[in-house]
Amino acid sequence: MKENPNKNRLRRSMLFASSQKPSLIRDPYIYQPDSIILDLEDAVADSEKDAARFSLYHALLEVDYRGVERIVRINGIESPYWKEDIRVCVAGGADVIRIPKCASRDDVKIVEEVTLYAEREFGRKEGSTLLMAAIESCLGVINAYEICKSSSRLIGIALSGADLTRDLQTNISFTGVELNGARQQLIIAARAAGVQCFDSVYTNLNDMDGFRSETEMIYSMGFDGKSLISPRQIPVLHDIFTPDLKDVYFAEKVVAEIDSKKDQGIGVFVVDGKMIDIAFYDGARRTLMLAKASGIYKGDLV
Amino acid sequence: MEIIKVATSGSLESGDVMITVSHGTGIEINITSPVIHQFGDQIRNVVISTLNRLSVQNIRIDVVDQGALDCTIKARIENAVFRAAGKENISIPWGDTIR
Repeated sequence: MKENPNKNRLRRSMLFASSQKPSLIRDPYIYQPDSIILDLEDAVADSEKDAARFSLYHALLEVDYRGVERIVRINGIESPYWKEDIRVCVAGGADVIRIPKCASRDDVKIVEEVTLYAEREFGRKEGSTLLMAAIESCLGVINAYEICKSSSRLIGIALSGADLTRDLQTNISFTGVELNGARQQLIIAARAAGVQCFDSVYTNLNDMDGFRSETEMIYSMGFDGKSLISPRQIPVLHDIFTPDLKDVYFAEKVVAEIDSKKDQGIGVFVVDGKMIDIAFYDGARRTLMLAKASGIYKGDLV
Repeated sequence: MEIIKVATSGSLESGDVMITVSHGTGIEINITSPVIHQFGDQIRNVVISTLNRLSVQNIRIDVVDQGALDCTIKARIENAVFRAAGKENISIPWGDTIR
C-alpha cells in the first residue's frame, strides 16, 4: 500500500467538537486550527450516539472545512458503537479516525481491519483513511512503541491525561509532574517509530498562563501538537509553535546547503560557524514547515 | 419506511432543529421557525425530499427550527424516522438512502 500523502502533514492544533451539536461541527474552521476532532465518544451521551452519526455524516459531506483536517474520535472497541462509527467515518470521507483507549497493537489492528472492510463497502480508496491512537492507560504507555509501529495508516499517538492520571491513581495537578514519565515515553516511542506525537488537553480554560507554560514545555519536548478544548487556546498555541526568525534563516541555509552538497558527495560542512551534516536535515525542514504555517516563511524549500 | 412509534431528534438550541414524528395519514408537515417568511419554503422542500428519499408515505412531522442548516435538518429527520421505524440500531445505509 502506497503511503497516504497526508500522513505527515502539520498538526499543531487539534480542536475537539461534539458531533451532537450542530453549532460546534459547522463553525470551528473559522478559528483555523490545523485539525478538528469531531467527537462521537465522551461528548455524546449513549442515548444520542445514533443522532450524532447522522449529523457527522452530513457535516463531513456538506460543510466546507477549508483545508482543516477532519479527525473523528470513535467510541472505544469495548463499546457496542465503534463498528458503526467506523462505517460512518469512512462513508463520509473522514481524514483520520482517532481510536480511544489504545493499550496494545491489537487495538489498532482490529480498527484497521474494520476500516479496510468499510473502505471496500463504500468504494473508498484502500488506505485513504488514516488512524491515530490515544494512549489513556499505563499499559498503553508501556506498549507505546508497538502501538506506533502497528499500522502504516497510523499518523501518531496522543496522550489522554485525565484517564491516565486515574490509572496512575493520582490527579491532574497542573504542574505536569504526574505526566512527566508518560510524556517522555510517548515522544521517545513516537520518534523511534517515525510517527507524530500529540499532547493532552489543558482543561482549565480560565488559566491561560498555565496553558501557555504547558504548551511551551511540550513544544520543547518535541511534541508535534496538542489537543484543545477551546478556540481561545488556538492563537496562543500557534504563537508558541512559531519558530524564531533567526532559527528560520539558519534552517533555510541548512536545507539549501544539504540539498546542493548532496549531489557533490559532500556529507559534512560548516554553516555560520556550526558543523552541519544530514542529521540536521529533518529538524531544519520541520522548522521551515512550522514557519510556513505561521506565515513567516514564504520560500519554496518545503 | 413505516412509522411505528413516536420519535424525536434534535434540540431547541440555536442552529439546531427539533423534529417529532408520529404515524399519520399521508404526509402532514407542521413547521415553526423564526425565519419562516424567508426560509419556510426551503425548509419544507428539505422535509419533503428527505421523506421521499426514505420512502416514508404516512407520517405526521413537526419541525421546530432554530436556524438550522439544511444538512442539520436532513440529519435530524433521518434520525427521527429511523428511530420511529425501530431501526436506529441497524447498519445505516450511508451513501445510499442517506445522502
